[in-house]
Amino acid sequence: MIGDWIDIGPTSQIAPGSARTLPVQGGEEIAIFHTLDHQFHALVNKCPHKHGPLSQGIIHGAVVTCPLHSWNISLKTGQALGEDRGCVPVIPIRVDAGRLYLQREALITAGSPTTGPK
Amino acid sequence: MTKDTPDAAERLVVIGNGMAGCRAVEEILARTPGRYAVTIFGAEPRVNYNRIMLSPVLAGDKTFDEIVINPADWYADNAITLVAGDPVVAIDRDTRTVTSALGRVEAYDRLLIATGSDPFIIPVPGKDLAGVVTFRDLDDVDKMVAAAARGGHAVVIGGGLLGLEAAHGLALRGMDVTVLHLMPTLMERQLDEAAGYLLKTELERRGQTILTGADTAEILGEGGRVTGVRLKDGRELSADIVVMAVGIRPATGLARTAGIDVERGILVDDHMVTSDPAILAVGECVQHRGTCYGLVAPLWEMCRSLADALAGAPSGFAGAATATRLKVSGIDLFSAGDFSGGDGCEDIVMRDAARGLYKRVVVRGDRLVGAVLYGETSDGNWYFDLLKRGEDIGAIRDTLIFGQAFALGGGAAADPDAAVAALGADAEICGCNGVSKGTVVAAIAGGACSLDAVRGTCKASASCGSCTGLVESLLRLSLGEGVEAGPRTMCKCTTFTHDDVRRLIVERNLRAIPQVMQELGWKTPDGCASCRPALNYYLLCAWPGAYKDDQASRFVNERLHANIQKDGTYSVVPRMWGGMTNPDELRAIAAATEKYGKMVKVTGGQRLDIFGVKKEDLPAIWADLNAAGMVSGHAYGKSLRTVKTCVGSEWCRFGTQDSTGLGIQLERMTWGSWMPHKFKIAVSGCPRNCAEATIKDFGVICVDSGYELHVGGNGGIKVRATDLLCKVTTEAEAMEVCAAFIQFYREDAWYLERTAPWIERVGLERIKARLFDDPEAITRLAAKFRYSQSFMQDDPWARRVAGEDADLHRHLAEFRPFPTLVIEEAAE
Repeated sequence: MIGDWIDIGPTSQIAPGSARTLPVQGGEEIAIFHTLDHQFHALVNKCPHKHGPLSQGIIHGAVVTCPLHSWNISLKTGQALGEDRGCVPVIPIRVDAGRLYLQREALITAGSPTTGPK
Repeated sequence: MTKDTPDAAERLVVIGNGMAGCRAVEEILARTPGRYAVTIFGAEPRVNYNRIMLSPVLAGDKTFDEIVINPADWYADNAITLVAGDPVVAIDRDTRTVTSALGRVEAYDRLLIATGSDPFIIPVPGKDLAGVVTFRDLDDVDKMVAAAARGGHAVVIGGGLLGLEAAHGLALRGMDVTVLHLMPTLMERQLDEAAGYLLKTELERRGQTILTGADTAEILGEGGRVTGVRLKDGRELSADIVVMAVGIRPATGLARTAGIDVERGILVDDHMVTSDPAILAVGECVQHRGTCYGLVAPLWEMCRSLADALAGAPSGFAGAATATRLKVSGIDLFSAGDFSGGDGCEDIVMRDAARGLYKRVVVRGDRLVGAVLYGETSDGNWYFDLLKRGEDIGAIRDTLIFGQAFALGGGAAADPDAAVAALGADAEICGCNGVSKGTVVAAIAGGACSLDAVRGTCKASASCGSCTGLVESLLRLSLGEGVEAGPRTMCKCTTFTHDDVRRLIVERNLRAIPQVMQELGWKTPDGCASCRPALNYYLLCAWPGAYKDDQASRFVNERLHANIQKDGTYSVVPRMWGGMTNPDELRAIAAATEKYGKMVKVTGGQRLDIFGVKKEDLPAIWADLNAAGMVSGHAYGKSLRTVKTCVGSEWCRFGTQDSTGLGIQLERMTWGSWMPHKFKIAVSGCPRNCAEATIKDFGVICVDSGYELHVGGNGGIKVRATDLLCKVTTEAEAMEVCAAFIQFYREDAWYLERTAPWIERVGLERIKARLFDDPEAITRLAAKFRYSQSFMQDDPWARRVAGEDADLHRHLAEFRPFPTLVIEEAAE
């Protein structure tokens, strides 16, 4: 099972209400979010609109607002909310004994630029 | 005196231009427009205002203009003659005339006495010393404000509603406040001992000294001016001002002299008619069925019955139960009815010490007769409604103390509208303006489809705003989806406006974003991308030095102290004071650009902008720039951006003053300050205006005789030239006005509102009035700005270089490359 999930370190390295980034060699950067109600989510760090770094947006509820043009993106589904249309890949994440794990397969797929958002 | 009314109109003369007198006239006009030619005499030289709201004026939360009930237009529109500042001194019932202090004689067919009440002055030696004031009208507030500006000790005699509000205002204005109260319990007419104790503890925690059982023997003075207070037990307190707020007495002198029947107050029947059928009386000056009233709600009822009777449809005033709601910033306190106990009364009490809650309801038989709530007062209206209607509470008695939601079953808990729906038509919604649920519903039915429209038509929620939630429930209940959103609601997370939120943060002493959201009933768990940054700013502005900036509520640029660009890299602008630079700085910028950036560009604000810097490299480039003596230019912030200057008198043949030097001084004073939006300054050395000062938020145009100070310019999407604020003769004055203007902008504008739209919204005149009407205002505001700046002026770049918030600039620390992944295969 360890092989299917990649340990990316302790939960404490991401403050509530903030996000940090995980570069993937040769692929898309991943943003890992820690919400104010202590949930963790991972998305490709690119807004479906104009590729703004979602990791730098303001997080409220399970939503991040893109820093470039204020699109609201669901952290759970990667879908743009409201009137906007678009989707960014979600990477399954789990917390175990205070550490964060990303699903390897999804990371490879989502991290690949060929399947990344346009 | 000619009037714009038919000669046939009856002459109605009103003595008293206060809340009762004017409300009576409003009620009369509403029923029988044109029937009376109205003349109102007022002792104060001003229009009618909301006396209840003098406390917020004292506390600095409101201005006089904001508490005016009937502006000059109202008098003009209704052809009312207002004689302000010239009180009536005699009534001649034989000739049916009144005579004013200045000798004006006015004949009446009907006379309405609404003289209100006078503050009670305890007859102790020293009561006439300068510095001994009462708390009754605007002049009293002005005296207290002036005293507070000098600082020192304030002694407030009287721990009732008025005294505590005066103490609160003086404490907010920086005075060291002691409250002397004769009785053992504060507000003993409204509170029982337990609630009084909680109140006293809270006020003491805030730094006020509360002495109960304190009997004043003498007010001490020197050279005709107050210096202290001596108590009967021998204790002496020093005082720079003494406020007498021990109570009020009906002002009955005029009526008594005229031979009208008077006991404690002017005796009236249920239709507000005195012993002389031609003479009516309403308000605090009357005694009805043995009771004199000092709260506002019964006054409205009196005015209603008076107007009904005059219109030939008498309804009668049958006395009124009264409720009090104290709003001393953050202290929620409600009391209604009788809680003195006695035969047949039973108490139901609930305490929650951890949350500072105390609730007590008093029941006689199956009727509620009194309620005291401390800490959580949202059920106050419901209890008061049960009490007034004499409702049988037998069925809900067991759960009565838990409040409406619980007592009426789970449904109401989940739906606050259900609670409002259950209120009777005569339940009071707005205590400040005496507006019942029925009146609000009628206003909505009459076309008021938004909060603002309701405020405009029936005045509910137009004063202190604490009933805004109730009014919005009524809008929803009446109109469903047809409610028009108020234009000013802060965001969809709240029903409050920006102004409400700012005021309540201060009033309720709210210190953190989660606390604001909790206390003000935010509809979302942690706000949105609009309200989080706004709240962060409002708290930062309200509590300089004490509030901890919340990085999770900052836009990326302010969090990373650089400007994000479309490719996700950042641009970096070091500060160039007044647009001045030197070879060393330029060399450092050149080197930093080669090392970390891709491009360097001259900005419109006379600085250099390095583009293409990666998030991870920001601390490193800042370290290099710091090493060359440069600091953050805040080109990324809702804050002071640049101070643009021309070369001025040092080089220019037209220059009249040292514009560069002044610009540098202004920038040194203002840099680092957070504001509602970005803020730009420019200083031009002559009217040729090479620094384009007339499209800046604050612009200085130097002239031979001094400095013209301009405000509210904008070169952005909508170009706006500045308005001239004032002209000063020295650099020091220019600096002072600049600091004061910025502070007022910081305190008054909505978040993300530039000075240009702010000025267009509130009006230049209001800004000028705030800055110049009170000769101390500039000094006070500038001092507040400098105090706030004392916490702001450390370079955020240097802090990051030293390691603060290092995680913001790094990728995840424990990232492990994928040893077995062949990501390259997935790449093309």
